Amino acid sequence: MTASAVTEPALLDEVTRFLYREARLQDEHDYDSWESLWTDDGLYWIPANGDGGDPEQEMSIVYDSRSRIALRVRQLNTGRRPSQTPRSRLRRIVSNVEIVRADRSEVEAASNALVFESRPEGDTLWAARNEFTLRREQGALRIARKKVILVNNGNALGTMAFLL
Amino acid sequence: MPSIPVMPVPAARPAPVSWERLIGEDRVHGTLYTDPAIYAMELDRIWRRSWVYVGHESEVANPNDYVMKSIGPEPVIMTRDRAGAIRLLHNRCPHRGNRVVVCERGNARTFTCPFHAWTFSNDGALRGFPFPSGYEGVDRSTLGLARAPRLASYRGFVFGSLASEGPSLEEHLGAARASIDALCDASPEGEVEITAGFLKHRVRANWKLLVENETDGYHPAFVHASIFQVADSGIGSLYSSASTAVSRYLGNGHSENDLRPEFRRRGVPLGWFGTTIERLPSYATRMRQAHGEARAKQLMIDGTPHVMIFPNLFIAEIQLFVIQPFAVDHTVQHVTALQFKGAPDLNRRMRQQTMGSVGPAGFLLADDSAMYERTQRGVEARDPEWLFLGRGRHRERRDEDGFLIGDATDETPSRGMWRHYRSLMEAA
Repeated sequence: MTASAVTEPALLDEVTRFLYREARLQDEHDYDSWESLWTDDGLYWIPANGDGGDPEQEMSIVYDSRSRIALRVRQLNTGRRPSQTPRSRLRRIVSNVEIVRADRSEVEAASNALVFESRPEGDTLWAARNEFTLRREQGALRIARKKVILVNNGNALGTMAFLL
Repeated sequence: MPSIPVMPVPAARPAPVSWERLIGEDRVHGTLYTDPAIYAMELDRIWRRSWVYVGHESEVANPNDYVMKSIGPEPVIMTRDRAGAIRLLHNRCPHRGNRVVVCERGNARTFTCPFHAWTFSNDGALRGFPFPSGYEGVDRSTLGLARAPRLASYRGFVFGSLASEGPSLEEHLGAARASIDALCDASPEGEVEITAGFLKHRVRANWKLLVENETDGYHPAFVHASIFQVADSGIGSLYSSASTAVSRYLGNGHSENDLRPEFRRRGVPLGWFGTTIERLPSYATRMRQAHGEARAKQLMIDGTPHVMIFPNLFIAEIQLFVIQPFAVDHTVQHVTALQFKGAPDLNRRMRQQTMGSVGPAGFLLADDSAMYERTQRGVEARDPEWLFLGRGRHRERRDEDGFLIGDATDETPSRGMWRHYRSLMEAA
C-alpha cells in the first residue's frame, strides 16, 4: 500500500475522526455502537504469522464474517466471559492515518495503533498496522473490511478477548 | 593485583521428593504446579524421556521440506531428507551452539549455520566448514547436527523421544491408537493432513493445567456459558449431569471424553459437527464410497475423538493442539484445524470453526486460558494446600474393555493422569 500524494484534507479529516470514534468505542466496550459501524458484508480479520496469507486456507487469530462479528458482540454482551470479567481496561492511540485510495463510494485507509491493555493477569502493549476499507452508506462511513496486522503476530500471543 | 578467589559451585542436586505425599488418590498438592525444582525434574523424567508429539508427516510433504518444531522444551528441525525419510535434528550447531535454522519452514537440501558457515545436509551430516586446514585430523562424522535418539510415527503423527531406550511408540500410545485410527477413519482417504498453519497461544500457567483441562467435562457449562448462551452449538448438553457421554482413562496418561453415546442417541450423521449431510454432500458421498453406506453412516454419527495423548497432543474433534512447556508457569499451546484428505467441503468448515473457537481471541480458548492463568495464581496461595480431584470417584467403573470410566463431568481423566505422572516421576 502506498498513500496517494494528493489527499483531500476534508476526506482525511473525516476518516481520521471516524477511526478515532471506532477506537473510543472499542476502548470503552461500547459493543453495540461498535457493531453498528460495520456494513452488512463486513469482514474483520486479524492474521497470524505475518502480514497475512490466504485467510481461506490458513489459520488467522480472527477471521470474522459479518454474522460472526455479531456473535462475538453477543458473547461479549452476555457479560459472562471469564476472559473479560473484569473487562480489560484499554486505551489506544491511533495515528499515521493515510488515505490509500478513494472513490465516490469507498475509501481505503490505513493507520497505526498502539493499544495499552490492563487486566488482573498483567498489562500488555499491543501494536498493529490497521487497514480499512470504508464504504459510504447514507452519507456516513461504515467499515466494510478491517485488517489488524499485529507487529508480533509471529510469536506466541497472550489472550485478547477484547476488540482490537 | 590481588586475585579474586573462584569458589567452586556444586552442581545443584534436587532434594528428593516424596511423590506419594504430593499425589493422593483424590487430591494433588499445589506445589506440583508451582515449584521450579519439580518442573526441572519433569523436564528430565517426562519431556526428555517419554514419547512426545512433534508434528505431522504432511507438514513436510516433499523431499527437503523442513519445519521448526520442538520436543517439549527442546527446539528441533523436522526434515524430510532427500531420500524421503523424516528426521528430527536438534537446532544447535555442534561447533559453538548457535541456532542453525531460523526460518519457520522451507525447503532446503542443506542448512548453513550463520555463525561460521558450517554446512549440514538435511539428514544432519556435516558437509563442510570454511578454511578446512584449521581442522586437520578432526573426525567430521562426530560433528553433525544431533539427531533425536528415537523417532516413530503412527498414521502420519510423528513422535520423538530424547531417550535412546524405553517403551516403543505403539506401547506408549496403547489404547490411544484406536483414537487416532478413529480420527483417520473420518477421512474419505483415511488420512489426516496438517496444512493450515498454527496459532500460538501463550499462557502464564503450568502445562499440566492445560493437560487436565482438555478432558475435563465439568468446566464447559460454566467457563463457556457465554458462548453456549448465544450460539446454538449443542456442545453444552454433552457436558451436563444428564449427558450419556463418558470420561475414560486410557492408560499411560491418555484420556478421552467419549461423546459417542450422546451422538448415537441423537442419531444424526454429522450432528457431532453441528451440521448435516445435506450441507456437506460431497463429503458424505465420498465417505459412502470409501466405507459403504452403513459404516459411513455410523462413522458420521460417531464423529471424531476428543482425546488427550499425554503429555502434549490434544485432538479435539476438529482441532489439533500441541502443548509446549517453557517454564513452570509458562506454556504455549499451538493449535490448528485438522484437515482430512479428500474432504474439501468439510475442511473449509473445520478451518472456519477452529478460527472462531480457539487461539488468543477464540470464543472458547480465550476463556479457558483465563482459567489456566487464574488457577496458576490461585495455587500459589497455600491454604488450602491441595486441589481436590474427587469428583465421581464413587461411581468410577470399568467398561467392557476394562478401562476406567466416569460420567461425562467426572474427574476420572485427571486422576488417571496423576497416577501415570507419579509413576514417571518415581522412576529414577
